[in-house]
Amino acid sequence: MAEVKDIVQNKPVEKIYSTLNLGPTHPATHGIFQNILKMDGEIVMDAESTVGYIHRAFEKIAEHRPYNQITPLTDRLNYCSSPINNLGWHMTVEKLIKAEIPKRVQYLRIIIMELSRIADHLVCNSVIGVDTGAMTGFLYVFQYREKIYEIFEEICGARLTTNIGRIGGFERNWSPTVWKKLDEVLEVLPKGLREFENLLTRNRIFIDRVSGCGPISAEKALSYSFTGPNLRAAGVDYDVRVANPYSSYEEFDFKIPVGTTGDTYDRFMVREQEMWESISIIRQAIEKVKKEPADIFHGKVPEFYLPDKEDVYNKMEALIYHFKIVMGEMDVPVGEVYHAVEGGNGELGFYLVSDGGRNPYRLHFRRPCFIYYQAYPEMIKGGMLSDAILTMSSMNVIAGELDA
Amino acid sequence: MGIDKSPTATLGNAPAGYEGPGFFATSLDKAVGMARKNSIWPLPFATSCCGIEFMATMASHYDLGRFGSERLSFSPRQADLLMVMGTIAKKMGPILRQVYEQMAEPKWVLSMGACASSGGIFDTYSVLQGIDRIMPVDVYIPGCPPRPEQVIDGLMQIQKLVENESLRRRDSEEYKKLQEKYGLN
Amino acid sequence: MADVLNTLNEKLKTKFGSDILSAEQLFDFPVFTVKKEKILEIIKTLKEEEGFNFLTDLTGTHYPDNKGQELGVIYHLHDMPGNRRIRLKTYASLADPKVLSLTGLFPGANWMERETFDFYGVLFTGHPNLKRILNMDEMNYFPMRREYPMEDAKRDDKDNSMFGR
Repeated sequence: MAEVKDIVQNKPVEKIYSTLNLGPTHPATHGIFQNILKMDGEIVMDAESTVGYIHRAFEKIAEHRPYNQITPLTDRLNYCSSPINNLGWHMTVEKLIKAEIPKRVQYLRIIIMELSRIADHLVCNSVIGVDTGAMTGFLYVFQYREKIYEIFEEICGARLTTNIGRIGGFERNWSPTVWKKLDEVLEVLPKGLREFENLLTRNRIFIDRVSGCGPISAEKALSYSFTGPNLRAAGVDYDVRVANPYSSYEEFDFKIPVGTTGDTYDRFMVREQEMWESISIIRQAIEKVKKEPADIFHGKVPEFYLPDKEDVYNKMEALIYHFKIVMGEMDVPVGEVYHAVEGGNGELGFYLVSDGGRNPYRLHFRRPCFIYYQAYPEMIKGGMLSDAILTMSSMNVIAGELDA
Repeated sequence: MGIDKSPTATLGNAPAGYEGPGFFATSLDKAVGMARKNSIWPLPFATSCCGIEFMATMASHYDLGRFGSERLSFSPRQADLLMVMGTIAKKMGPILRQVYEQMAEPKWVLSMGACASSGGIFDTYSVLQGIDRIMPVDVYIPGCPPRPEQVIDGLMQIQKLVENESLRRRDSEEYKKLQEKYGLN
Repeated sequence: MADVLNTLNEKLKTKFGSDILSAEQLFDFPVFTVKKEKILEIIKTLKEEEGFNFLTDLTGTHYPDNKGQELGVIYHLHDMPGNRRIRLKTYASLADPKVLSLTGLFPGANWMERETFDFYGVLFTGHPNLKRILNMDEMNYFPMRREYPMEDAKRDDKDNSMFGR
C-alpha cells in the first residue's frame, strides 16, 4: 500500500491491484463457481473462472444406460426446468426412430414446456430481485411456482426432477384435476406476475441498479455462442422454437421479445416478457387440445413406448415388453441425430450417435450455460464488484447444466 | 405435550422442572437445549437440484422460519448446522471439508438428498460417494430430491438431537474418537 | 435440405478438392468429413463466404477400432440468417491427437475445446489456455475414452456379489 508520507509529499503512488477469491462457496453466488478477480478498489479489472465443482460425468453415464434410463439424467441438467430437458431427449430419440407423434401429445408437451419455462424464469428473475435487495418478490412468486409444481406432480408424481413423459408420449392421460389446476394457474399467475412487475420494473431504485450492469453486444454474444434469453437481451431474435420448430410450435402465435444493450435490465425484461408469451402459448395450446380426440396420449411406437402399467402387472406379454424396453433390448436404428429445443437458458441440444446397441454410442448435451458462462469475465470487466454478482444471477447460470 | 391449537405460534414447551411463585428451576442442559433448538442457524451448502428444493422450503409456502431457522448463515463461523444439499464432486470435497472445519462447536451436519448421502445415481469417477466419507453426519434425508416436507422433517430430527444433547458430549471420549476417525484435529 | 448439401459440397469441392473426404445427409443435417489439417481453413471459408457465423457446438468422440483415426472432433455450425445447419467432422489418431483450434474464429470455442481436451485428450493447437476444465487437474487419464470405466476404479465398498458381477 502507498505510505501516508508518499501521499503527503505528492509522490506518484504505485497502483496496486488486489486479488479477490469469489467462490466456490460464496454467499452471493447461487451455485458453486469460483472466480478469481483482479480488483482495483471496487472495480473488476480481470477475472478467471474455474468450473467443474459438480462435474457428475453425465455423458459417460449416458454411454452405459439404455435410452429410457437416460431421461432421469436429463432432469438433473437444468433442474429449474427439468420437463423441457426430458421432453427434448424424448424428441431426440423419436427423431432417430422416426416416430409419428399425434398432435394432441405435441400440444400437451407444449403446455408442459411452457409451464416449466415460466417456473425457470420465475426463479431467475426473483433471484435478481434478491440480489438487488428486494427479497419480497422472491417470496411472492414462489407461491405461484408451487402451483406449477402441483401440476407436474399431478401428471407425473414428482415436483422438481420430473422424469415426465415417455419416449412416444405420456405414461397416462391427464386427469381432470390437471386441467382444473391448469385453469387455476392461468387465472392467478397473470395477477401475481403483474404484481411482481409492479414491484420491480418501474421501480426507480431497481432500474438504476440493474441498467447498464454487465452488458454485452450482439456481435460479442454471437461470437461466444450465446443462446436463449441472454442472446435475445442483446438484440438477436434467435429462438429455436421459431428457427427450427419442434412439437408443432409453428402453429402458435407468439412474439420473441428482444432487448437492446444486453444488460441485466434487458435480460430481466426479456424473461418477464417471455413469461407473458408462455402464458399466451399455453392458452392457445389448451384450445387446440380441445379440438383433438381426448383419449390420445401417446404415439403408436409399440417397440419403444412402455406398455400400460395395468397390463404389465396382469399380462405376461406386457411384462416381457416392459422389461425388454427398460433394459434396452429393442432395435434402435443406426444413425446420428442432433435435436435442439429452446430450454430455459437457450438452445439445449442433444447430439446422439447410435450404433444400434442398447446404449447410445455417444451422447453429447449442448448445454447453453456452459457455453455462455465463459463470457462472464468479459462482461464484468470494468464494472463494480456488486455488479459482477448481479450479472451472474441475471445470466441464470445453473451449476448442474454448467458442469454436466 | 399435545397439539397446540392456539393461533399464536409457540417456540416450544418448557422442559420439566420445579415451578413456584416467581421462579422456575430446571437443569442447565435442558434450558440450553431448548434455546439452541429453536435458533439453529443453518449454512446452506447448496450445490445442485436439492438446493432448489431448499429454496422452496425457505420460501413463503413452506416457511422454514417456523422452526427458528430462517436466518441463513452463509459464514461457517456463525453457523450451527451444515446443510449439504446436492452432489459433492471429488473436486468439491476438500472445500466442503474446510467449511466444516471452520464451523465452531457445537455443530451438526444434515445431508440432504441421495447424492450427498451416498452419491445417488452418479456412481462415477468424479463424484464423492457420500459426504460421510469426509465428515460425520447427523441426519440423512433420502430422496432425489427430497420434498420440502421431508426437509422439514429432517430439520425437526436435528432439533430433537440438539434439544437432547448433553452439554458434555463434545468433550467425551466417544466424540474425540469420532473426530479422530475422520482425521479432524 | 438436400440442396444445402449439394450447393455446399460443390463450393467446398471446388475450393478444397480432395480435402473433403465425404459428404452425406444424416437426418436433417448435411455432414462433411474433412481432413484435420484443413479444418480451420474450411470453417473460416464457411464463416466468411457462406455466413455460418455461429458455432453451435463442438465436441469429441472416440472410436477405438478405427485405427489411425480414433479420435473425432465434431462441429455444429449454424447460418442464422439463412437458417442452415451443418455438421463437420474430422479425425485424428491417438498417437498424434492434434487438431487446429477454432478460438481465433469463435471465442466461444475456448471452453468447448477445453472440455473436449479434458474428456478425450484432443490437443487443440493454437488454443490460448488448453487445460482441464471439468475434472481435477491431477487426473492422469481422459475419462471419456472408451477403455476407461464409468465407475470409480478405486472404490472398495462395493460387494460385487450384490451387483451381479
